[in-house]
Amino acid sequence: MTKVLIIAEHDGKHINGSTARAVTCAQGLSAESVEIAVFAAEGTALAEQAATLSGVTKVLLIENPANEHALAAVLAPQIEVLASEYSHVLAPSTTFGKDLTPRIAAHLGVPQISDIMRVESPRIFDRPIYAGNAIVTVEAPAGIVVATVRTASFSEAETTGSATIEKREVNIELPSHTRFVKLETSGGGDRPDLQAATKVVSGGRGVGSKDNFNVIYSLADKLGAAVGASRAAVDAGFIPNDHQVGQTGKIIAPELYMAFGISGAIQHLAGIKDAGTIVAINKDPDAPIFEVADFGLVGDLFEIIPELEKALA
Amino acid sequence: MKILVAVKRVVDFNVRIQVKADGSGVASDGVKMSMNPFDEIAVEEALRLKEAGKAEEVIAITIGPKASQEQLRTALAMGADRAIHVETDEDIQPLTAARILNAIIDKEEPKIVMLGKQAIDDDNNQTAQMLAALANWPQATFASQLEVDGDVANVTREVDAGLETIAVDLPAVISADLRLNEPRYVKLPDIMKAKRKPIDTFTLADLGVEAAASVKVLKTSAPATRQAGIKVETVDELVVALKERGLF
Repeated sequence: MTKVLIIAEHDGKHINGSTARAVTCAQGLSAESVEIAVFAAEGTALAEQAATLSGVTKVLLIENPANEHALAAVLAPQIEVLASEYSHVLAPSTTFGKDLTPRIAAHLGVPQISDIMRVESPRIFDRPIYAGNAIVTVEAPAGIVVATVRTASFSEAETTGSATIEKREVNIELPSHTRFVKLETSGGGDRPDLQAATKVVSGGRGVGSKDNFNVIYSLADKLGAAVGASRAAVDAGFIPNDHQVGQTGKIIAPELYMAFGISGAIQHLAGIKDAGTIVAINKDPDAPIFEVADFGLVGDLFEIIPELEKALA
Repeated sequence: MKILVAVKRVVDFNVRIQVKADGSGVASDGVKMSMNPFDEIAVEEALRLKEAGKAEEVIAITIGPKASQEQLRTALAMGADRAIHVETDEDIQPLTAARILNAIIDKEEPKIVMLGKQAIDDDNNQTAQMLAALANWPQATFASQLEVDGDVANVTREVDAGLETIAVDLPAVISADLRLNEPRYVKLPDIMKAKRKPIDTFTLADLGVEAAASVKVLKTSAPATRQAGIKVETVDELVVALKERGLF
């Protein structure tokens, strides 16, 4: 019996699209049931959103003031209590899932499979290693399968479902040794979310400064695109960390990825392998980004971006 | 207080790895090996805590074959006081690594265990979190800033939404992200000095640790490669090409 429990990621208001991608992965497991657990302080609206995801059979809502912020040390023991009813526990391979899932696996005494990119059977999966430069096919040992789902490998499940919602109480003592203090977001304004966007305009070291990044934002806004960045641009302080794309940043799969002034280190390329069309604009004709770009243009991004904007007007 | 820092020997980040033709793994013969870059950041942070008077001793630990002592020597040359080598030729997966580190916690009673957030070979990103679970300690993963104030660490974490700050009571496990610090360069005299620093060696049996059930690798393959596309000469040409694909 394959019974899947997916841990929902949310910000208190919205179920994150990464959860819907984990649902699609779960659909490949030929499961009898796919259930979503929503941990929140007050989560009725969140549970209702989760219930619309196609293929989900039930939503468990675990409300507790301690669940207001997603702290792994607080959530993991509650999931451990629920897990005995399931064959699989999945979470998206976002910073939320990466933080939480190994803690669940260790509580359950089983290894974890990170970043499922393909399901071969309910226990056999493909996952990337070496920043995606090799793929391993792995088999989970006996016991509950605990795994994270590489979100760029799966599309979001449709929202035509209507699963039942069940409130659960998990009556265990929760630790108080870990406390949320604050969250600072860079506030992307009305721009689409980097991980969900169909178009992404990205800048690297070649952009040169924080002020110069305005040209990247400007083109992104005209295209309705999200803004990404290379590690070099984030390290240099041109743009906040939540825009970083790559092995240790966000792994994305937009239809269009436009890279300006990004040389294309393998760690960056690991984050964009699944993009539909990659466009590279760089002064250096030998930049490695051109080896993966569908369309490359050698030139000065500060001359090219205004021309692109003119073409859009 | 003591800080325990775990380091791993991995293929150097500059090496372009090759998948073996028979699918049995990644070629490692004659390949340059180094300390996992995230672990180097973890070592640096531990040393800075010591230099700031917040810790008395920094102990580096690694798990792996004899050759992993090279990475311990690097940690000692950076400034760690002593090192522990848990010697094994087996492939050690994160849950077993966490069990080993937990056994060392019992022996050494550190207040902080620092690790890199992930090793750049297996990209698992699990060991710190698993150790925290086994030790029943708080965890602060993906740290980009760390302030230790008495028995509490305030940790800023790089998360998808931005920068999250949490407070954890010590003892705690902390995993380092890229922007926590820039590791120092090791100078020649420090390398010489490191040769005289002690390394204690244990086996899993010495520590009473049993390997956990492991994930079995059935095969290793090269990823699908993207076809190199075309270079266009002008912006107009690019716009036409993108319009044809319905992207512009």
